Amino acid sequence: MSETPKNKTAPEESPTRTYWLDDIRNVHKLFWILVAICALLFASDAFYEKHVIFPFEHWFGFFGLFGFFLSFALLLTARELRKFLKRDEDYYDR
Amino acid sequence: MIAEFPPGLLMIAGAIFVPFVRGHLRSAYMLALPLLGLWQLMLLDPGTFGAMPVFGFELTHVRVDKLSLIFGYIFYIAAAIAIIFAWHNEDLAEQTSALVYVGAAVGATFAGDLITLFVYWELAAVSSVFLIWAGRTERAYSAGMRYLMIQILSGVLLAGGAVLLANETGSVAFNNIGVDSLGGILILIAFGIKCAFPLLHNWLQDAYPEASPTGTVFLSAFTTKLAVYALARGYAGTEILIWIGVAMTAFPIFFAVIENDLRRVLAYSLNNQLGFMVAGIGIGTTLAINGAVSHAFAHILYKALLFMSMGAVLHRVGTAKGSELGGLYKTMPWTTGFCIIGSASISAFPLFSGFVTKSMILTSAAEEGYLIPFLVLLFASAGVFHHSGIKIPFFAFFAHDSGKRPKEAPFNMLLAMGLAAFFCIGIGVYPQPLYALLPFPVDYTPYTTTHVVTMLQLLMFSALAFGVLQRTGLYPPELRSTVLDFDFSYRWLVPKFINWFMDAGARAWTSLIADLFENLNRFIATVFRYHGPKGLLARTQATGSSAAVIVTLLLIFLVALLA
Repeated sequence: MSETPKNKTAPEESPTRTYWLDDIRNVHKLFWILVAICALLFASDAFYEKHVIFPFEHWFGFFGLFGFFLSFALLLTARELRKFLKRDEDYYDR
Repeated sequence: MIAEFPPGLLMIAGAIFVPFVRGHLRSAYMLALPLLGLWQLMLLDPGTFGAMPVFGFELTHVRVDKLSLIFGYIFYIAAAIAIIFAWHNEDLAEQTSALVYVGAAVGATFAGDLITLFVYWELAAVSSVFLIWAGRTERAYSAGMRYLMIQILSGVLLAGGAVLLANETGSVAFNNIGVDSLGGILILIAFGIKCAFPLLHNWLQDAYPEASPTGTVFLSAFTTKLAVYALARGYAGTEILIWIGVAMTAFPIFFAVIENDLRRVLAYSLNNQLGFMVAGIGIGTTLAINGAVSHAFAHILYKALLFMSMGAVLHRVGTAKGSELGGLYKTMPWTTGFCIIGSASISAFPLFSGFVTKSMILTSAAEEGYLIPFLVLLFASAGVFHHSGIKIPFFAFFAHDSGKRPKEAPFNMLLAMGLAAFFCIGIGVYPQPLYALLPFPVDYTPYTTTHVVTMLQLLMFSALAFGVLQRTGLYPPELRSTVLDFDFSYRWLVPKFINWFMDAGARAWTSLIADLFENLNRFIATVFRYHGPKGLLARTQATGSSAAVIVTLLLIFLVALLA
């Protein structure tokens, strides 16, 4: 923490240069590509023989749905936890 | 001859000469030490040496087998990478203590008995605290003190447990210990502190993010993985470890999601990854132990890579807080790329190192029929993708543009990150050399259709959840804040209680003293009244007046006679 930042800015960088990701439409594009990948992965369960151990793992698209809904729950729970656990930055230093 | 030298001592002895060389020569000398150590390990034959009797116990300074060797290898590799990352650093205290710390960790790994283990265990604790203090802030100082107290406590418990065990069995050899005796339980708690078991964990999130950008890279590799090694040696197949490990994977991810300091987020995810290893050790089958050990190996590399990328950001920008960063990919593209490789590895994407190691632990949990642990580990796998896979690179390098345009990281940092990234991908693509180093023969194929597809489903749908929550604005934003964790108990609750106790005590003392003095004063006043200068009992009469009294009495007597 103590180290002073060295050479704070890159000299060759011009502030006006725009990047592909600066355009919000491209970010939307990325999101829809992700949706398409998920759809393909979900459908792919129909095309191979699953070698898994527990019976519920055989459910169609189990891993995708598990990942989606539990992540959703995780992030929203963490968000609610802030109400109890969030304090000012210098809480312990006062 | 070098093969007869205890492996850890090589680094510790080497540290003595660090002050006598300067500049690039010093960095080169420091780099030569772990490489020499690596070469020595390759020459070692399995077996024991350095036996010496102490107080009637047989101490074994060095015990070489596959389990100790693989940890020795990865400790030296991590040390070499961290030294390259810190090449520009000229902080003598940090450099010397880092070498001693590495040596202590390696020495402990090869210790054949609990007494030798204890000595290296405490040396690792004492030498590592200087890496935290090298942060050179007030916060780093206090966090270092808390860290030191907790680490020393771990050593004391280890020593106590070792004495009890020696009393019971007559031997201090470090083999399978188990939890059937009090000594065994004490040693498990000692290991548990260093391994950051739930409620014993908070020293990690407290201290690691306060160290210098380079110090944290060293810290992330050794202490906790030394504990994983010790657990694998002493407590393989102890069922309670499954539940402890499962709890460790799950609860830190909630904190990691809302923590703002990205190096602290990494400390939480480090804790979560340790949980996978602890659960694997608890399951205890050969596949599970292989999984835990190989996961430790891969983890040291990708965790160091992630800490290096955040260290590079801290070095260039001066902060690693999510709320202050964003858009750094524009000027730090290499660091961004390496960070993403680390993220993909920790998230266990196919072709990255976490995939070929963590899957062994998950498979062994399923094979042994541990349903709830399996589900929690699966949940934690999705969770780790959120805080380390997405949150770290997203908020540091993308997200909203912070307007900061720092220069790319220095070449030595990029080189160190590049090496770690090479190992992360190398292990993921071609795991056979790593599998060959594992303690048990490996009969496991990570790349099956089922495994690749299900893992990709889990990760991609988790990413989708992130995307949806981001677009709807429900995702918890990065905020300047402190998140209360268990350290609340000893950083706030206990000090407050002690203050209250001292206040109340002081008040009680004051009133006690006041009462005492009041009574004493009253006593003195009474004595004074009767015996003081004007007191009735202390009054002195003049000789003349006595004579007058006697004359008066005689007169009365005379009158009475005559009457």
